[in-house]
Amino acid sequence: MVDVVLRQFDRATLIAFGCIVLLLLIGALAEPAFLSPKYLIQQIHVASFLGVVATGVMLIILLGHIDLSIPWTIAVGGMMATGAAGILGPELGVTFAIPFGILCGAAIGAINGLGVAYLRAPAMIFTLGMNAVAQGLMVYHTGGFAPQNRATEFMRELAVGHLIPGVPNPVLIWIVLGAVTMFMLNRTTLGRQIYAIGNQERAVFLSGVDTRRVILICFVISGACAAATGVLLAGWANRSYQAMGDPYLLPTIAAIILGGTNVLGGRGKYIGTVAGVILITILQSMLSVVQPQRYFAQLGLDMPADVFRQIVFGLVIVAMLLLYGRQKLVR
Amino acid sequence: MSVPVEATGGEAGAKRKLFGLRLSVTQRGILIAIAIFAVMFAVYGWKQPVGLTANVINTASNKGALLALVAMAQTLPVLTGGLDLSVGAIFVLANCLASSIVVGDPVSTTLGIFGVLLIGLLCGTINGVIIVYGRLQPLIVTLAMGAVYFGIALAIRPQPGGSVNFELADFMTRSTYAIPHSAILLLLVVIFIWIPYRRSVLGRAAFAIGSAEQAAYMSGVPIDRAKILAFALSGLLAAIGGLLLTAITYSGAAKISIANDYTLNSIGAVVIGGTSLFGGVGSAIGSIFGAFVMRTVGDLLIVFDINPVLQPLFVGIVLLIAVCIGSLRVLRIKNKLDLYR
Amino acid sequence: MTASGSAPLLRMSGITKHYGGVRALENVHFEATRGTIHALLGENGAGKSTLIKVLSGVVQPDAGTIELDGSPVQFANPTEANDAGIACIFQELSLLPDLTVADNICITRPPRRFGLIDFRAQRRIAEEALARVGGEGIHPSATVRELPLSRRQMVEIAKALARNPKILILDEATSALTAADVEKVFVMLHKLREEGMAIIYISHRMHEIAELADVCTVYRNGRKVETFDAGTRSDNAIVEMMIGREYESVFPPKAAKNDDVAPVLKVRDFSWQGELNGIDLDIRPGEIVGLGGLDGQGQRQLLLGLFGTLIGTTGTVEIAGNPVKLSSPKRAKSDAIGMALIPEDRKAEGLMLPMTVRENLSFAAVEKVSRGGVVDLKAEEAAIDEMVELLKIKADGIDGPVASLSGGNQQKVVIGKWLMTKPRIILLNDPTRGIDVGTKQEIYQLLQRLAAEGAAILFYSTDYDELIGCCDRVLVMYSGAVVRTLSGQQLTETNLVSAALNLPAGTDQAALAAQAREAAT
Repeated sequence: MVDVVLRQFDRATLIAFGCIVLLLLIGALAEPAFLSPKYLIQQIHVASFLGVVATGVMLIILLGHIDLSIPWTIAVGGMMATGAAGILGPELGVTFAIPFGILCGAAIGAINGLGVAYLRAPAMIFTLGMNAVAQGLMVYHTGGFAPQNRATEFMRELAVGHLIPGVPNPVLIWIVLGAVTMFMLNRTTLGRQIYAIGNQERAVFLSGVDTRRVILICFVISGACAAATGVLLAGWANRSYQAMGDPYLLPTIAAIILGGTNVLGGRGKYIGTVAGVILITILQSMLSVVQPQRYFAQLGLDMPADVFRQIVFGLVIVAMLLLYGRQKLVR
Repeated sequence: MSVPVEATGGEAGAKRKLFGLRLSVTQRGILIAIAIFAVMFAVYGWKQPVGLTANVINTASNKGALLALVAMAQTLPVLTGGLDLSVGAIFVLANCLASSIVVGDPVSTTLGIFGVLLIGLLCGTINGVIIVYGRLQPLIVTLAMGAVYFGIALAIRPQPGGSVNFELADFMTRSTYAIPHSAILLLLVVIFIWIPYRRSVLGRAAFAIGSAEQAAYMSGVPIDRAKILAFALSGLLAAIGGLLLTAITYSGAAKISIANDYTLNSIGAVVIGGTSLFGGVGSAIGSIFGAFVMRTVGDLLIVFDINPVLQPLFVGIVLLIAVCIGSLRVLRIKNKLDLYR
Repeated sequence: MTASGSAPLLRMSGITKHYGGVRALENVHFEATRGTIHALLGENGAGKSTLIKVLSGVVQPDAGTIELDGSPVQFANPTEANDAGIACIFQELSLLPDLTVADNICITRPPRRFGLIDFRAQRRIAEEALARVGGEGIHPSATVRELPLSRRQMVEIAKALARNPKILILDEATSALTAADVEKVFVMLHKLREEGMAIIYISHRMHEIAELADVCTVYRNGRKVETFDAGTRSDNAIVEMMIGREYESVFPPKAAKNDDVAPVLKVRDFSWQGELNGIDLDIRPGEIVGLGGLDGQGQRQLLLGLFGTLIGTTGTVEIAGNPVKLSSPKRAKSDAIGMALIPEDRKAEGLMLPMTVRENLSFAAVEKVSRGGVVDLKAEEAAIDEMVELLKIKADGIDGPVASLSGGNQQKVVIGKWLMTKPRIILLNDPTRGIDVGTKQEIYQLLQRLAAEGAAILFYSTDYDELIGCCDRVLVMYSGAVVRTLSGQQLTETNLVSAALNLPAGTDQAALAAQAREAAT
């Protein structure tokens, strides 16, 4: 059993965990509170939102595809859940709002899956198109129906409450989801098939596997995970809004790649994605604590915090890719 | 396979026919895009309350030319078989930069223009160098670098604003004898950038790479330089677009929604213009008309009194339909193994 | 050793190349002289292709020197080799399908005006080059994608010639050509030889080599065996040099077959898209049935059709007496049918190369060792170990990527992966292509053993000796139909060849070679 656990830690995962420790130590030098349990729990809490959406997208990347419809699938999840709560009223709404939101995300995933697996459309274009369609539908939905955007009490509880004292609920959700995903990837036939498709779909098809079904299932999971993140985010912010998913595309893909998953599919461990998610979250938190914009403000330059977030993220992804994402020269 | 099939070698099988004309796949793609645009624009002109006045045409041309430049920028990487998700960000960066440095007397304005174009070229070159020498996927690299470029744009212009040399802006967006200057700009870009590029060794190398990279390598095609040039020129074209945007809006704004919108629409325009997303086949000229088609969709929404906020929905649907048409071959396939290549 | 006394144009000495742990070339010497055609012979994987790749700059040798015209050279990439006057026509086409014929011919050094490509001059060069190889019918502005395979090969040759090389290398360059085009190419090669070009020619067709070559060199396992003047050795002697042992003893004895058993696979009037025309087929348990005929007569399609990848097949298929619809590989694999296909291209169709040997081996049968979609790791490991032992796969590599195994061991993994599903019917699509004789022999023994255990085997091979040595019956296909069934004493090379050309039985052998060439035109 020990070697099964150990096998989960490949080089990239270890580097990612090393970076996390390093960042925390550097942070602690400036601000000792960085190592306090309260701060760490809070970081894991924030990370769990990213962790849920990254779980789904990781499956897609393992298949050798990509899901660019993440931002608006998150928004669909949040907005449809709060909207349904408004329409169904306080009694039904509490029970059905969340499943409805997740179902809508799964439906977007299903369309993506049909397009990519059955029509063989290139995933990057098809999911980009679906992202726009989802955006259009949500904009129309808000403009035409003035739906409820307030989260239900249950959603709020789910996002900020503590079922187990000391462990925020989203962390619990992420742990359960992560455990299920790890089990699925390592121990089930579906997991085997996902890795294999990422390596050579033709061989998988000829091995008697319905590869299209596997791809469809993964896109449905990806859509559902993104929508679930939307539901959690709506609970966290106590409301849903149109751009709620926008800041998530880049960090999601970054976290997965930092965790050592091969961009072209076929290789990657879930534990690496966990490390990547935490690393990205702490990086984000550090930027907001260190506040480099203050330094520039002293120089008389007024810069929004987003400047640094964007630039640092972009550069970190490229640097990490250069470290271990290079393709072999096939010649 | 050794059974001799003495079929259509030579003249007879060389080109497919359309309306009796012998056309290459690329030419056919361009003509279809032109036809779609003509029909849509005619409908627009007919439903327009004031008709197709010079003013209406000028406005349409300005809007279309913006996207057309970004779409041309997208075409070059797509021809090599890649995708550039940073064209929108470079476009916005050029816009923000231009709103700061394309000002003042003619000399400083000219220097400013060169500065903006140089930065665009530089951004594209950086993309290309990372992709080629880092041996990385264009999609992820341009996604990440797009964030960096957008961050820089935001640093230059945290709040919308700035200004631009008025004479230049007016000249770029005016029309002479009902011919919009923005359309002339497109024509100049085609004549001085696209056509020489297509006829250059590195330009043809780009087509070769998109067609079959391994075979291109075997044939001694300069792969690395061709890829870098494709991304570099892509950055330059996006920057020209950003310059035109500044001339139209008289200001700069770092909005992520603008960057995303232009990136998305550029891909749609490229597809409609008949360029294959797998590379090797296509033309920036097709992308120009693809861009005008995409923009006319928005105009049609207005004249048909459909809520303009629905535009992303229609853009998305157009994109989905375009990729699905490309996927129609799936229905004709008789050996399932052909699906998995 | 060479016939010509003049100094060699090219001298390669001590060339060594390893891929990972696999030796591709070991201390190889090679010389080519002006005005000669030098044939390279050897089995697949003997090192010929690697030698050519080194010479043309596609790969760099680990050790060794290349001298051209007496001065040492090094090629970092194909362009440098081209510039030095070495043009290569590769086995895998190096054409760019979306570009025009003229673009392809002038891809490396196009004529230029004002820095831009001069399309008119380029077209003229292309026309001249095409005329030189006898491809006048090919239009220079057609895109290559529109051309049939044999025309593309002509373009490929024209492209090499347009560079006016000093050394021309043809690596299986005639395999896609029609017999008439082969004749044209031969005439051209003879002319180029007169003009003083050094030509290096690789082909598996012995009669072509007999007709063309001045000098031959045989390679085996990355080493040079011998260089000799053409015509000084018998075909048999050459084959023995290539395989390194007596040719006969390779095949295990066939077991006696019981004809009374009911067929497990019964196919009637099986057709598809005009490429398969009304095929009838019965295979009993324990039988090995071969598919013969010229390459490309529908044998592959028949196997794929039975395995369920073709859409729109007609006719009936019965498995053990029950009519079935073969709609997908998944269905074909199911317990009700129990079919397995060893595919043609093991790298793209049989294996997930970066994954471990273990993962590859258990992949097709993973449902057999799982319950409710959850894999029983213990049962899986036991099954894998059993298969590793059965197939004698090198055990030290089973936790490493399958890509690091040799071709023969990779093929064993593909076969093992399917044996783990315990199939009743095994379809093999040319399973011994490109693997060493030792592994071939193991595969033949395995087939006999599986047959003895009751499997029904349908076996396509491009190698006639293999069909004769392994099969109980051979169905010879021509143009998508079975034209003759040969078994027992009838199963001879003469009969196979004459049936493959769809000639009446019993034609004498000498006439056949001539007819073979005519038949293709």
